[in-house]
Amino acid sequence: MSAPIHIQPGETFTLNVGPQHPATHGVLRVKLEMDGEYIVHSETVLGYIHRMHELMGENRTYPQVLPNLSRMDYLGALGYTHGHVLAIERAAGIEVPERAEYIRAITVELNRIASHLFWFGAFVMDLGGFTPLMYAIEDREYILDILERVTGSRLTYCYYRFGGLYNDIDDEFVPATKALIPRMRESLKKYDALVTGNIILQKRLKDIGPLSKELCRKYGATGPVARGSGIDFDVRKNEPYSVYPEFDFDVPVYHECDSFARYKVRMDEMEQSLRIIEQGLEKLPDGPIMPEKKPKLIKPPAGDYYQAVETARGSFGIRIVSDGGKNAYRFKLRSPTYSNMHLFDEACEGMLIMDALALMGSLDLVIPEIDR
Amino acid sequence: MSAYFSEIFRGLQSLAIGMGITFKEFFKPVVTVSYPMETIKMSARYRGHIELIENEEGEPKCVACGMCQRGCPSGCITLESTSVEYQVEEKGETKTKKKKVLSKYDLDFTTCSLCGQCVESCNFGAIDFSKEYNLASSRKEDFHFDLLKRLKERNS
Repeated sequence: MSAPIHIQPGETFTLNVGPQHPATHGVLRVKLEMDGEYIVHSETVLGYIHRMHELMGENRTYPQVLPNLSRMDYLGALGYTHGHVLAIERAAGIEVPERAEYIRAITVELNRIASHLFWFGAFVMDLGGFTPLMYAIEDREYILDILERVTGSRLTYCYYRFGGLYNDIDDEFVPATKALIPRMRESLKKYDALVTGNIILQKRLKDIGPLSKELCRKYGATGPVARGSGIDFDVRKNEPYSVYPEFDFDVPVYHECDSFARYKVRMDEMEQSLRIIEQGLEKLPDGPIMPEKKPKLIKPPAGDYYQAVETARGSFGIRIVSDGGKNAYRFKLRSPTYSNMHLFDEACEGMLIMDALALMGSLDLVIPEIDR
Repeated sequence: MSAYFSEIFRGLQSLAIGMGITFKEFFKPVVTVSYPMETIKMSARYRGHIELIENEEGEPKCVACGMCQRGCPSGCITLESTSVEYQVEEKGETKTKKKKVLSKYDLDFTTCSLCGQCVESCNFGAIDFSKEYNLASSRKEDFHFDLLKRLKERNS
């Protein structure tokens, strides 16, 4: 019989969270040095799902990289493909018809809501509430049905093409999306009453997991994580791209810096996305979805190109260095969650483990996008 | 002291509101289907694996140009062709011409990412997405499709 273990005061032990752990939402490993229930030191270990997307981007021709981008972040895939096509269009100087731009904006926002809904369900499940996940997935399903009817896939879309879209929207898209907007607004009210007002959730999130403005700046955090810490930065507003300057929407910013602020930012963002979709459907022009003259072989002139877009998780940047050939010379992807995740090591020191996991959930990590 | 009790009261109230919402959900119609017994019809643009399209005579429309093979990012299409001689009458005289006929069209679906580059690059409308999604197997070979054979089986 083994003797009971007595931990001496000041003695620490190592706890491995992951790489196969439901709370990390993927294959992320966190080495935690624990003093009882308190975290002394933390170290995130990456690389379990690295697939060399950047190298693949350099070995393949430009159109052949299209499906790769949606495999990075499987929850908000359209935002990433949007960034890719915008970068190539900027590099090769391809004009995009207005209708295509509007459809892109509408579908990206639909995808953003779907991503936030899934995050909401998974986050509340991390905290111990299972029911909201079911409601969130039901609502998400309506969005996925709309997107499937247009793009042909449910998760890893490959819908945008250089210069436009793969195919035009069908007759049912506009009425279905119009019917979705009031439905989603009702649901958001339901979530507010069911989850946001809940005393248990508030006790677990308010004033827990503080990420100061300076810490966010230090690690280059973007998206809802930075906006929950009082940094008013949204690529759609600050460096407008596509047709976003024509939409009237607000950027929710909270100054509380805690997990609850990040939660509120995402819940408000869904409402703002609905506003964008509403305006987009109203303004949707007729016309072609592909430009009339488009180069058959895409060969951007030699140079260095960068394009940033606001995805569901933050600012996604794509840098393409071209030497004038069929392949990119350098294909660099700046993923938002990579920066957001590294906050965790510094922020969780001295925290209780259950609060640290709530903090990790509020960062909205998607691991294939960190490792890419 | 009163703040303490009011917090308890508000907390209990929030829990009651939540319970009310979940209670209401009991009486909502069921949104799921019991899958093997009921299935949902796939939308018109659903992307299954690719399939060859036939012309009026039941032959594949494909002219074996190989554009799909070259456009594919993961190299999952293999096609072979044979050249067949045929006679045409041109300006009163019979001429013998050669044309390529598709003899083999293999799809390795294990590496396909359903991007649609092949369908897009085809100038003859010879391939399209199928609506098949019931594709589960524990053997890799089950995902190597001989599309020419599938076309013939479909016609017979």
